Amino acid sequence: MATGEISKTMWEGGASPYAIPSKKLGMWLFIISDALTFSAILIAYSYLRVASDDWPTPFHFYPSIVVSTVMTFCLLTSSITMVMAVTAAKQGRIGSTVKWLGATMAGGIAFLVLHANEWMTLIHEGLRPFENPWGSPLFGATFFTATGLHMLHVTIGVFVLAAIAAGFKRGRYPADYVEIAGLYWHFVDLVWMFLFPLIYLLSIMPE
Amino acid sequence: MSSQHGHAEGSTRLYLSVWIILLALSVVEVYLGYIHLSVGLMLVLLMGLSLIKAGMIIAYFMHLRFERASLVWTLLPMWIIVTCLLFVFFPDSFRALELRFPK
Repeated sequence: MATGEISKTMWEGGASPYAIPSKKLGMWLFIISDALTFSAILIAYSYLRVASDDWPTPFHFYPSIVVSTVMTFCLLTSSITMVMAVTAAKQGRIGSTVKWLGATMAGGIAFLVLHANEWMTLIHEGLRPFENPWGSPLFGATFFTATGLHMLHVTIGVFVLAAIAAGFKRGRYPADYVEIAGLYWHFVDLVWMFLFPLIYLLSIMPE
Repeated sequence: MSSQHGHAEGSTRLYLSVWIILLALSVVEVYLGYIHLSVGLMLVLLMGLSLIKAGMIIAYFMHLRFERASLVWTLLPMWIIVTCLLFVFFPDSFRALELRFPK
């Protein structure tokens, strides 16, 4: 088998130009295309914001900014626990991997609960997708689209991690799957690194 | 399953220091939100910091620094080119304010 592989040229599939599993390359390609979706949404948001002269700045220091900073902490911390889970999985420590994956999911769920609470507060204050009491109605549309799509990604990520943890525990999934799910999770963290300053920090209520 | 790709890995200590730097940069961003700068300057500073954070997440947490260069060259130029194309329309947003009918 080995000789057969060597005799093939690169164009016949005899070489692995990226030296990674095909599923990992697939996840990377998905991440790049998803990154473009978020880029488009955030650039559209920035465009509308620059072109509006009555953009609302509704976020008080407490609760909005404090809570969104804690949410940033949750996601960043869940990223480091994900790194630990990947390391443990590569070393074949199943119990430790499942524990770290559980910690990662806890970070994601904490993020989701805090974010849902934040949404409810804003909705209670009168924010709707097409109107709000403060200024440009586009604020609600962009806020709910950008943060809603990101919340959807976090939710999917939590379910993916749960499925991967269950499969890895039973020995059905190899360690590569944990790493590939980890790529997705870090990407979700990465997107928040742009949403947080663009949406929250640029709309702080002046004292 | 695929043990043939034995690329270099970072240590736990490296990842923890990346994590601490990311947290510190987030705190700096919140602080920037509260010193009164012009919106343009703040946008540049915040996006600069966010790009540094994104770069660190991609390089270390997502391992891209430890992968082959061919993967980097396949992935990143695609994102950069299309994002630049999206910015083609951006200067219009500055004109849109002046094109409005007076209220």
